[in-house]
Amino acid sequence: MSDNAVFDRIRDEIGNTDVVLFMKGTPVFPQCGFSAAVVQVLSHLGVKFKGVDVLQDPSLRQGIKEFASWPTIPQLYVKGEFVGGCDIVREMYQSGELQQLLADKGVAGNQAA
Amino acid sequence: MGQVAEGMTAKLVAAFAPEHLAVIDETNQHHGHAGWKESGETHFKVEITAAAFAGKGRVERQRMVYQILAADLAGPVHALALVVKAPGEA
Repeated sequence: MSDNAVFDRIRDEIGNTDVVLFMKGTPVFPQCGFSAAVVQVLSHLGVKFKGVDVLQDPSLRQGIKEFASWPTIPQLYVKGEFVGGCDIVREMYQSGELQQLLADKGVAGNQAA
Repeated sequence: MGQVAEGMTAKLVAAFAPEHLAVIDETNQHHGHAGWKESGETHFKVEITAAAFAGKGRVERQRMVYQILAADLAGPVHALALVVKAPGEA
């Protein structure tokens, strides 16, 4: 129940996988339009990512908000760093900054998609 | 304007003295979605332009807004889309 256990789990997740999306539902069956929008962007870019469904675990759902000082879900992490939520991911995708960030971090994608 | 929207508007005006502010209730666009309530005022979009955001990154800007609206987000507001700008930004 301690925050530390949840934070440790979050650190594990974002430390072990290049691109992690904390979301409601799964990449195949998102349970929220905002989560679905981020999945769509990542899929369009051909980025391999891990979706973590916060609806499966109330302590994670609360913990991820405290971890990032960010009160909403989805939350996207690249190489352990918090990138943003749905608005930011969409804006960065539209401006090309997201593609640049992924390239800078050495994350493979299908840029021609 | 509903009570929640009025409350958020007042807090944002007090905190940022924005040159542009729109608190838009989009609850109707999310009919039946998670968190949706018949009474409305669960899904919002906020557009805000203020000098306080100049020179700040995207994440920091949104955190500044979230902080002011923390009670609303912990309470009745299920979803909040943000467009945060500094004056002069397209």
